[in-house]
Amino acid sequence: MRFSQISVLFKRELSSYFATPIAYVFIVIFLFLSGIFTFYLGNFFALGQADLSAFFTFHPWLYLFLIPALTMRLWAEERKSGSIELLLTLPVTIGEAVVAKFLAAWAFTTIALFLTFPMWMTVNYLGEPDNAVIAAGYLGSLLMAGAFLAIGSSISALTKNQVIAFVITVVVCLVFILSGFSMVLDFFSWAPQIIVETISSFSFLTHFYSVVKGVIDLRDIIYFLSLITFWLFCTAIIIEMKKAD
Amino acid sequence: MVNIKNLYKEFGSLMAVDDISFQVNRGEVLGFLGPNGAGKSTTMKMITGFLTPSSGSVSVDGDDIVNDPIKVKQRLGYLPEGAPAYPDMTTIAFLDFIAEVRGFKGREKSRRVDETIQRVNLDKVVYQSIDTLSKGFKRRVGLAQAILHDPDVLILDEPTDGLDPNQKHEVRNLIQNMAKEKVIILSTHILEEVHAVCNRAIIITNGKIVADGTPTELEAKSQYHNSITISVRAAADQANELRKSLLEVSGVYKLEALSEGDSGLLTYQVFPEANRSIIAEISQHIHQQKWEIEEMFVNKGRLDDVFRTITTGV
Repeated sequence: MRFSQISVLFKRELSSYFATPIAYVFIVIFLFLSGIFTFYLGNFFALGQADLSAFFTFHPWLYLFLIPALTMRLWAEERKSGSIELLLTLPVTIGEAVVAKFLAAWAFTTIALFLTFPMWMTVNYLGEPDNAVIAAGYLGSLLMAGAFLAIGSSISALTKNQVIAFVITVVVCLVFILSGFSMVLDFFSWAPQIIVETISSFSFLTHFYSVVKGVIDLRDIIYFLSLITFWLFCTAIIIEMKKAD
Repeated sequence: MVNIKNLYKEFGSLMAVDDISFQVNRGEVLGFLGPNGAGKSTTMKMITGFLTPSSGSVSVDGDDIVNDPIKVKQRLGYLPEGAPAYPDMTTIAFLDFIAEVRGFKGREKSRRVDETIQRVNLDKVVYQSIDTLSKGFKRRVGLAQAILHDPDVLILDEPTDGLDPNQKHEVRNLIQNMAKEKVIILSTHILEEVHAVCNRAIIITNGKIVADGTPTELEAKSQYHNSITISVRAAADQANELRKSLLEVSGVYKLEALSEGDSGLLTYQVFPEANRSIIAEISQHIHQQKWEIEEMFVNKGRLDDVFRTITTGV
């Protein structure tokens, strides 16, 4: 992995979001929905608490639909337009391309998330929240977004069709969100306890909510980072195998 | 310089490339001919490192594309089929990106980009986004991308496909200007193009090489090679007599009537026996018979005829 190549590809990818309306549509909708969720569904005012838990609680659900919309084009578009042939015959490795694309998408999400700062200002204006907990919330949200993005990246590499990539990514992400819920665990009622526990420990929600509470446990961070690594690795393998189709 | 050894590529049960070996040296412009689906593009994709061969090797000056991909890719320029690019980028942003990936920075980068824009005449569309460009300009952007780093080896997959005659001419000039110091491999369906730019042609069909030689050598395989087209001013009722007398000339193998109408012109194509030239005999015969000749010329052979014969086995 050469940093210089990753940074060139990263720059191109990130600026490509802003060359099309994608960036603006995404950011506006993200901000709009996160506002709605926080103030209406989360009852931010009625709770009367000086924290942003009402804001963060809905992030997994927000990401469930918005992140796949961001990742569906990541590789599917390259394959469809044939530009993947150009990209992979330039002096870059598949690994560099995968990492650069992922980092660009992640950076873009970070920008969108950063633009929610009025929320943070509001809660600081209204009360005296623990800003360290809010910072932890942002960190957790970013890590979770990274995991969603990495999953989306893999699935986008599987198909030329962006709609299919979107739908499958939503489903896979949903499984990861819900794997702590009984509706998923019931499927595995036949399995030994250890497997059920493993599956439930894969839930995004458990790890995310523990970080949002302000408890930064290394295990939660490692969970998200290893998930990202795993899915990016899959992306690279899928591209290597399927680039010829 | 480019050495291709026993290249195979299987897609499932289909053998797309079946034992292809050849070498290309600096200064050679190699035309890759073959019907659709013959394995031209697949071979090119393996040479450029996009596809991994099922077996066999591709090397540039001894460096293997599979073992040392980055090193080889740095020396390659590639125009993929259809000249894909990033449609939402402007021409200049795209070429800047390519220059950066190729490792150029600062002043050297802008010099390269400017120079390439001049070379392929992109000045008019520098700030236009690529998806708004016409087919010809898109192709030129693809070409610009391939030659920006002045590569030693240039692989062009159908570089003139879909261009108008003027644009084709420009692209061919560009290729010819670069030919001396490079290895150029291009695929094409257009046989006149082989004449225009290539000094070597390889015909492949069903993944195998079936002919390899200079365009002139390939033409010599044509049944029309050294045949003579002749138009004699004579009435239609003299046709039988004329034919008989032409067939009696030594070295004549057969004869085809091209027109025997009432126009007062009888036109024939006269084929020689294998490996013979019959122009001397024919002109002597005409002289003796005191025929009035309207037109007479020797055919070099037709590449499309050779192509058809070789690739279909007819």
